[in-house]
Amino acid sequence: MKYMSEYRDPELAKKYLEEIKNTVSRPWSIMEVCGGQTHSLVKNGIIEMLPDSVTMIHGPGCPVCVTPLNLIDKAVYLASDKGVILCSFGDMLRVPGSQKSLLEAKAEGADVRILYSPLEAVKIAEDNPDKEVVFFAVGFETTAPANALSVVHAHRRGVKNYSILASHVLVPPAIKAVIDDEESKIDGFLAAGHVCTIMGNTEYHPISAKYKVPIVVTGFEPLDVLQGILMVIRQLEQSKSEVENQYARIVREEGNRDAQKVIDEVFEVRHQMWRGIGEIPDSGYAVREKYAAFDATKKFSVTIEEAPENPDCISGQVMKGIKKPFECSQFGKACKPTNPLGAPMVSSEGACAAYYHFSGLVEA
Amino acid sequence: MCLAIPGKIKSIEMQYDGKVRMAKVLFGGITKEASLEMLPDADIDDYVLVHVGVAISKVDEEEAQKTFKYLEEIGELGDLTDVDEYLPKTN
Ligand code: SF4
Repeated sequence: MKYMSEYRDPELAKKYLEEIKNTVSRPWSIMEVCGGQTHSLVKNGIIEMLPDSVTMIHGPGCPVCVTPLNLIDKAVYLASDKGVILCSFGDMLRVPGSQKSLLEAKAEGADVRILYSPLEAVKIAEDNPDKEVVFFAVGFETTAPANALSVVHAHRRGVKNYSILASHVLVPPAIKAVIDDEESKIDGFLAAGHVCTIMGNTEYHPISAKYKVPIVVTGFEPLDVLQGILMVIRQLEQSKSEVENQYARIVREEGNRDAQKVIDEVFEVRHQMWRGIGEIPDSGYAVREKYAAFDATKKFSVTIEEAPENPDCISGQVMKGIKKPFECSQFGKACKPTNPLGAPMVSSEGACAAYYHFSGLVEA
Repeated sequence: MCLAIPGKIKSIEMQYDGKVRMAKVLFGGITKEASLEMLPDADIDDYVLVHVGVAISKVDEEEAQKTFKYLEEIGELGDLTDVDEYLPKTN
């Protein structure tokens, strides 16, 4: 496919690897924030091909993985109501709640549907006026415009039986939280290209300046990731800390203003719980009061007790880049993609699942 | 779930009582619908990045070449003189 397969050229990848080797003079730790990049690094064997002095640390960049346990329990509870059609993206369905996942609720008879787009959920609501349709709206800044747009569509078309259970996470505050964590030691960042498609790069300049870290906005194909790594290393070797854009074919400095407008119309910034990490200030979106009728947390006032996490799962440390998935005692044993104990084993963008799939542990 | 992929706009029509600009976008051999509300300037034959049913960015042809030229630009391409072989084929 155009604008995809060309960025997988193995010969040019080799040139990039050579150039990375030639540039590095001492050890550097680089975090790729986005799970899509983790997936690409692991899948294409880039981690093994990088020089030993370059350590890639996998960041918290998988919205599915950081959606709070309590909210999954809430979604499962809503789904079990006969009058509710609960919709979400595929990955979200397999994430373990404290009792069960949405997929297990579906197997028990709940009307749970996997959708490609939140806009489809509004149509389902129109087609089922006697049911309440709830879209479990998770995601980074990338997904926020689509989720917000579904609310705008429902509002405009007078659809009263549609609401979203929103769990949005924002990347820049998470980068700050990771740098502020005393246990982590990261020299430079690959920022998530698709997040910046929406928000632009401006939010990263103050972070890069304050913490003196290079931040390179990077794409997802092997050559993108390799070029991003090289750009970070070149900055580090020259003691620079700037924001650079590797992914300029997609990302504009100012982002997508129309998308930002829709986000701002529907959402406001709030503190957000990240599963495995804790609360990060100003790192999520709440539905604005104006659209309260479309906010599932207000529409259905359910209080679900906070349940404890599985004590064996160290996903928090994995997502902060302190431990690698294989350092978890459950990795590949009790915890597998078919029986995930923690969310990072569910999504293909979760670090545990990425390592599992490409580690040779998968049975044929 | 954060997957966003580039495709080519095949056709555009107004839906929902003429309020929403929707495109049919071709990804390899597969066609899917995408809302163009976030890209009011997008037109037929443009390549756009689509995420969960919404087109969020237009691909910049010129910038798209840079990954192939970067090593040359930083003066480190060594014996490789013919960059053209790496450039995206226009189709
Ligand atoms: S391998 Fe499983 S149990 Fe261990 S950290 Fe990852 S998700 Fe949690």
